[in-house]
Amino acid sequence: MKELIYFDNAATTPIRPEVYEEIKPYIEEHFGNPSSIYSIARDSKKAIDKARQQVADALNAQPAEIYFTGCGSESDNWVLKGVSSALKNKGNHIITTCIEHHAILHTCEYLEKNGFEVTYLPVDEYGKISLDDLKAAIRPETILVSVMFANNEIGTVEPIKEIGAICHEKGIYFHTDAVQAFGHIKIDVQDMNIDFLSISGHKIGAPKGIGALYIRKGCKIDNLIHGGQQERGRRAGTENVIGIVALGKAAEMAMAEIDEVTAKLTYLRDKLINSLLSKIDYARLNGHPVDRLPGNVNISFEFIEGESMLLLLDNYGICASSGSACTSGSLDPSHVLLAIGLPHEKAHGSLRISLGYQNTEEQVDKLIEVLPPIVQRLRDMSPLYEEIKNKNK
Amino acid sequence: MEYSEKVMDHFMNPRNVGEIEDASGVGTVGNAKCGDIMKVYLKIEDGIIKDAKFKTFGCGAAVATSSMATELVKGKTIPEALDITNKVVMEALDGLPPVKVHCSCLAEEALHAALWDYAEKNHIVIDGLERPVNDIGELHEIPDQD
Repeated sequence: MKELIYFDNAATTPIRPEVYEEIKPYIEEHFGNPSSIYSIARDSKKAIDKARQQVADALNAQPAEIYFTGCGSESDNWVLKGVSSALKNKGNHIITTCIEHHAILHTCEYLEKNGFEVTYLPVDEYGKISLDDLKAAIRPETILVSVMFANNEIGTVEPIKEIGAICHEKGIYFHTDAVQAFGHIKIDVQDMNIDFLSISGHKIGAPKGIGALYIRKGCKIDNLIHGGQQERGRRAGTENVIGIVALGKAAEMAMAEIDEVTAKLTYLRDKLINSLLSKIDYARLNGHPVDRLPGNVNISFEFIEGESMLLLLDNYGICASSGSACTSGSLDPSHVLLAIGLPHEKAHGSLRISLGYQNTEEQVDKLIEVLPPIVQRLRDMSPLYEEIKNKNK
Repeated sequence: MEYSEKVMDHFMNPRNVGEIEDASGVGTVGNAKCGDIMKVYLKIEDGIIKDAKFKTFGCGAAVATSSMATELVKGKTIPEALDITNKVVMEALDGLPPVKVHCSCLAEEALHAALWDYAEKNHIVIDGLERPVNDIGELHEIPDQD
């Protein structure tokens, strides 16, 4: 059987073996409802407290500022809907960017239908927002700024600390969707003036179905999920003990290894980028060359389409993703690639490789070996490549 | 979303990829909605399509439908070629995922565009053939994904 080479860690990650060991007792024996009084329930309660501490430590936050949710999308929804509801008498304006995840963008569109105004900041060719644009967009009625920590498609890291300083000075809440950055980049919510921060477990080796929202003490936000008194009355629903324990452990492990893993992934990332760009012509790197997630590679290969590339890579057991219209379900190319100025056809030929701690140099070398002939094979089939060849004759 | 075995076969081993130097008719159509482009070359002798080749910029379904459409059209008379609709191509491939149905329209339109080019070059009128469009998005409502 061919080896599986998993290069789609920005989509999801396998459960880490150490995380699996940690959650086993909560699958097998400690099934008690943390709200109950008997001892097996107390075990669950204690496990949640420990995990809350682990997540807080990873952000330099207080445990009381961490709220567990169902996923990153829920955390994003909670911030946008909860803050706009709590502050609706103060203002109706929200600032975000045009390259956010759909959990932010579609929630903003929903709020726009309900009387809120949203400014979508543009980005430069590398996917970065401009601090001057941000300052210019702030109005007296602005209640929230939401800028992602790092982009899920092109890996660009935004100037979070500088944005936090601007918002702090103006007295405006600052939220960052750190689903891709958490566990990969050091985050200090104090130093960076972050008021709200979304994270997701399954991007860092915990199972799907667990997320968290950091809410700075004292910040006003209404509830999204109403019901019981779980999460100190702010997020109802019986706790996902298994998911919470897993997220805590995964966060602790990611932070313990962050220097080592960042060094390894940055080396593999740059080797991939440099090798592919030198071996394949008519190719360009999408995203920032330096300020990018350690594991993110996003390259557009002209004259070919992404889904075809993915199918041929799958034949070698390699899993990756693309911003191609054909892979989107909606038939629209990636909004992020269009926002950095790529024309449709170049967005069509994009390939995203997202590396994880478990990837090896041998796997990266395998991709460097098999991708150039795959690109050539598709180009030989492409009427656009034929035109370019004829032009260059 | 999953492709049938036939779609995967025609994607992994596409038939008739290439160009025909002295083609009788050449047609190129694109789909502005998803960005796919297909170019079809036909060699027509004595009213029979003797050879067909294609080049396609597009996804797995676009390549597979190009391959199947060119395979189906070879050896056919012109009226028979007009019967190769997107539905026929799709059925020959054991179906396509709903979101990919528009790719089969690309193949049908590219065949029609090549036949139109042949008719214009030879100053003939092919009964039942309408002037092709460059962008099939103008023609077919692309179905929503399930």
